[in-house]
Amino acid sequence: MPSIVKPPVAHPSLTRNELGLTIRDYEGAMSTLCAGCGHDSITAAIVRALWEMSTPPHRVAKLSGIGCSSKTPAYFVSAAHGFNSAHGRMPPIATGANAANRELTYVGVSGDGDSLSIGLGHLCHAMRRNVNMLYIIENNGVYGLTKGQFSASSDVGSKSKKGEANVMSPIDPVLLGLSLGATFVARSFSGDKGQLVPILMAGLAHRGFAMVDVISPCVTFNDHEGSTKSYLYTRQHLLHATETDFVPDAREIVAEIAPTGGTNITMHDGSVLRFTRLPEDYDVTDRQKAFSYLKQHPHEVVTGIFFADESVPEMHETNHTPATALVDLPYAKLCPGAAQLQQLQNEFR
Amino acid sequence: MLSRINDFAIKLANVNGSGSASANGLIMQAIFRMGVPVSGKNLFPSNIQGLPTWYEIRVNKDGYTARALDYDLMVAMNAQTYARDVKEVRSGGYLLYDSSWPLEKDLVRDDVNYIGVPLAHMCNENFHESRERVLMKNIATAGVLIELLNIDRDVVAQLIEQKYGRKKGLHESNRKALRLGADHVRANFPCPLPFHLQTMNANGDKILIDGNTAVALGCVYAGATVAAWYPITPSTSAMDAFKMFCERFRKDKTAGEQNYLILQAEDELAAIGMVIGASWNGARAFTSTAGPGISLMNELLGFAYFAEIPAVIIDVQRVGPSTGMPTRTQQGDILECAYASHGDTKHILLFPANPAECFDLAVKSFDLAEQFQTPVFLLTDLDIGMNDWVTPKLEWDDSYHPNRGRVLSAEDLEAIPRFYRFMPENGSAVAPRTLPGVSAKGSYFTRGSGHNKYGGYTEIPDEYREVMDRLLRKHKEAAGFVPGPIVEKRKGARVGIITVGGCDAAVREAVDILAEQGTPMDYMRIRAFPFDHPVEAFIAAHEYCYVVEQNRDGQLRSLLILETSAPKEKLRSILVYGGFPLSAKHVLNAIAPEMKTVKTVETEELDAIHR
Ligand SMILES: Cc1ncc(C[n+]2csc(CCOP(=O)(O)OP(=O)(O)O)c2C)c(N)n1
Ligand code: SF4
Ligand SMILES: [Mg+2]
Repeated sequence: MPSIVKPPVAHPSLTRNELGLTIRDYEGAMSTLCAGCGHDSITAAIVRALWEMSTPPHRVAKLSGIGCSSKTPAYFVSAAHGFNSAHGRMPPIATGANAANRELTYVGVSGDGDSLSIGLGHLCHAMRRNVNMLYIIENNGVYGLTKGQFSASSDVGSKSKKGEANVMSPIDPVLLGLSLGATFVARSFSGDKGQLVPILMAGLAHRGFAMVDVISPCVTFNDHEGSTKSYLYTRQHLLHATETDFVPDAREIVAEIAPTGGTNITMHDGSVLRFTRLPEDYDVTDRQKAFSYLKQHPHEVVTGIFFADESVPEMHETNHTPATALVDLPYAKLCPGAAQLQQLQNEFR
Repeated sequence: MLSRINDFAIKLANVNGSGSASANGLIMQAIFRMGVPVSGKNLFPSNIQGLPTWYEIRVNKDGYTARALDYDLMVAMNAQTYARDVKEVRSGGYLLYDSSWPLEKDLVRDDVNYIGVPLAHMCNENFHESRERVLMKNIATAGVLIELLNIDRDVVAQLIEQKYGRKKGLHESNRKALRLGADHVRANFPCPLPFHLQTMNANGDKILIDGNTAVALGCVYAGATVAAWYPITPSTSAMDAFKMFCERFRKDKTAGEQNYLILQAEDELAAIGMVIGASWNGARAFTSTAGPGISLMNELLGFAYFAEIPAVIIDVQRVGPSTGMPTRTQQGDILECAYASHGDTKHILLFPANPAECFDLAVKSFDLAEQFQTPVFLLTDLDIGMNDWVTPKLEWDDSYHPNRGRVLSAEDLEAIPRFYRFMPENGSAVAPRTLPGVSAKGSYFTRGSGHNKYGGYTEIPDEYREVMDRLLRKHKEAAGFVPGPIVEKRKGARVGIITVGGCDAAVREAVDILAEQGTPMDYMRIRAFPFDHPVEAFIAAHEYCYVVEQNRDGQLRSLLILETSAPKEKLRSILVYGGFPLSAKHVLNAIAPEMKTVKTVETEELDAIHR
C-alpha cells in the first residue's frame, strides 16, 4: 500500500471546478515532511492552482529530483503519474517525457540543492530548450534532507544551525533564468498563498519553461536567527514587484480586467494574465528592466513575475513535431517498411 | 612470387586530414563492386590534422576478411611512419612511395620491391590550387593502384561518375588525377603485380555498410521516436545516420512535420535521463554513446533498472580506461554494462558481430527493453561501428510488430479492481505497467527509493527483498528471449573457442586454419547476456575453452565464470587490446605454444596476451 493515505472524506460544501472536481480530487498522500515545512504550503498551492485551472488530474505528470522538496509530488494529485527521479536529474527526465508526449501538463518540483548545485547544468539547458513545463524550486537555502548543509542559494553571512557562516555568494535562480533567456521567471513565498497560487497558474498556462523560485523556509534547519531564509527574515524583507491575479480563459470575459496602468499578456492557450500595481517603470516583457529592478532592490526579496514571453517557440515547435503526442503515432507511420529498405540498400552497393 | 588472384592485403599510410579517406574508400568500394570479398579497416588517430593514419584493405576470395597483419603492398605516403611501415611489408612484397623525393637509404630492405611514382611532382604540374594538389595526390595514388592491382576501370569510372557527376570541375580533376597515376605506373612498371584482382561473383546481393549506419536504421525500423545523445567518438555517426534516415523517412512531406525528436543533451547524464523520461511515457527511445558516456549514465541506469523503465543504450566501445584511445577499438565495457550502477543490478546485453546483426539486434533491443521493462545495452565497437563491412543484405519482415511488453490500457484498467505497479502476472516475473495520461486508475509513483510490490515507499526488509528477488528472476527469464549463441562444431574437437562481437571473423578464420593443421576446435560466439542454457552446455562439453576477446582483463571470461557454473580453470583467455582489430594470427600465435601441431606466424604487431 502507498505509505500514508488520507481518509477519503469529501466535505459536502467543497466547490467544484469546470470538470466537476473538488479540490480533494487534486490532493495526494499525507505529507511526511516536518510540521510547518514551507514545502507543504507550496504543495497546497499547487493543488489549488491545478484545481483552479481545471486540469484533468490524470493528465498531469509530476516529476522531481531528490530532497525534502522533491518528495512532495507524492503529496499532490494522486491521480497523476509521478516520477521521483535522481538528485538533480529531473530536468532531463521531464524533457524526455515531454518529448514523447507533449499533451500532458508537466509539473516539476525541485529544491535549491537539486536545481542550483547538482542539477544546475540540467536546469540551464531545460530553460534553453524551453521545455513546456512548470518548474518549481522550493528554495530554503539549505540541504534539508541531508540535514542542514549550505546550498548554493545560501546568502553570504547566513549561518548554519551549527553556527558556521556561509562565505560564498549565492546563485539566484531568477537572475540565472533572466540571463539564460528563460521565457517565464517568477519568485514567490510559500507563506503568501494569495500571490503564489496565481503565479503558479500563470506558470502552468505559459507556453514554454516557467521557472518559479519559491522561498520556502525549512523549519528544522533554516529557521533560526542568522538564517536569511527564515520565516521571520522573509516576512520582514518581502516586497511585491507585481501584484498578480490570473484569470483563466473561460471566466476571463467578466469585466474584472484591470482598468489601466498594467501590462496584459495573452497566454498561449488564450487566457490572459493581468498585472496590477506595476511600478511605473516596470515592464514584464522587458528582460533588461527586470535586471535593473533587481539591481535597484538588492536587499529585498522581490516577488512577482519578473519576465514572461509567450512568443518564443517551445521545444516541440523548434523541432517541428506533430501537434499531437509522438507516443500516439501508429507504428505504421514510423516504420518505412521492407520495400523502402530494399531500395535504400542500392545506395550501399 | 607466384601469381595470386583475389588474395592479398595492402596497407596505405597517410597523414590525417590530407584527404586520403575518400581515395581509400573509392578503392575499397571498387573491389566490392568487382564481386570480390574485401574489408577496409581505418586505423585513425584522435586528431583532425597531422597525425598518422592507416587504411588496410584485405581481399580474400574465400571470404576471410579479418585483418591480415602482413602486407603484400605498402603505400607509404607518410614520412613520419616510414620506418615502421617498411617493416610491415612481407618479404618479397612491394612498397609504393612518392619518388618526387629520393628514397631514404636506411629505409631500403633488400627483400622488398620498390615502386616510385613522382605523385607530388605530377600533381603540382597539373593542378594549380594548393588544396587541390594535395587532394588529387590521393586520387593519383588510386590511379596507380588501379593498374598495379588490376581494379576494374569501368567500375572506377562509374563510381567517380556517381560521386562527382554533378560537380563538373571535381569530376574532371578526379579523372585527370586517376589518369596521371595510371599512365605513369603502366609506362614504368610491369602491371599488374603478381597478386591482383579479378572480377568474381562472391558478393551476391551483399551490401557495404558500417555498423553505426545499420544500428541507426534498426532504430528507425523499430519505431524509435525519441533519441538523446551527447557527441562522442565512435558513436557520433550513429546519431548522424539516425537523423539522416529520419529526415528521409519520418518527415511528413506535406505538413513538414517530423515524427521524431532528437535531443542533443548537455551531457550523458541528461541523455539517459531523456531516454528514461520518454520511455516512461511510452515512447521507444534510445541513446548512443561510448564508454565515458556509460560511466556518466551509471546513476540513472540503476534507476531505470530498479524502477523498471525500458531504455536502449547503444555503446560503441572504444579503448579505455578514461579518455583512453578514442579512435581505437576495444571490447572493454562488457563488465561495466553488465552490472552498471550501484547496488545489485544486472542488465541485458546484446553483442552484434557485424553491421547486419547491428540492424537486427537494434530492433531486438527495443523489444527486449519493453518486454522486460529494463535497460538493454547494444554493445558494438569502433571496428564494427565505423568501418565499412561487406555484409548480407538487411532484411525486413513487414509483418513485424513491436513487442511493447505488458502495458495496461484504460479498458484493461477498468476491468481490474485496483492497479498495483509491481505485481507480476501469469507466472512471469514482469509486472504490467501503465503509461501517464491514460487513466487515473493506473497512476503510480515512480521512484528509485525502496518500494514494495504495490509501488509504495518501503524500508521494510521483506518488502524490499521481494522486489529485488523478482528483478533477479526477471533477468533470468530474459535468457530465454535473447538471441542464443552461434555454435559450430567440428568432428573430433575436444577444445572450444568462445568469442564475442567483432572478433567473429578473425576467430572463425583461426578455427578453419586450426582444423587444416589437424587441431579441430568447436566455435561459439556469444550474442547476449544473460547467458542461456546452450552457453553453459558448450563449456561443459569441452575439456577446456579459449575465450578470445579484446580487453585486458578477460571481461567476457569473468562474466562467464560469475554467471554460469563453468569452473574458472576451464576458461583460458586470449586477449588482444592494443586498439587495432583482431587478426586470426593473434589467435593462432596465442594457441601455438600449447598445441604442438599449431604453427606460429610472424607479425610486426604485438602478440595476444594469453592467460
Ligand atoms: C548523487 C547524490 N548525491 C547526494 C545525495 C544526497 N542528497 C539527498 S537530498 C540532498 C540535498 C537536497 O537539498 P535540496 O535540493 O535543497 O532539497 P531540500 O531537502 O532542501 O528540500 C542531497 C545532497 C543524493 N541523493 N544523490
Ligand atoms: S528538514 Fe526542512 S525542508 Fe526538510 S521537511 Fe523538514 S522543514 Fe522541510
Ligand atoms: Mg533546499
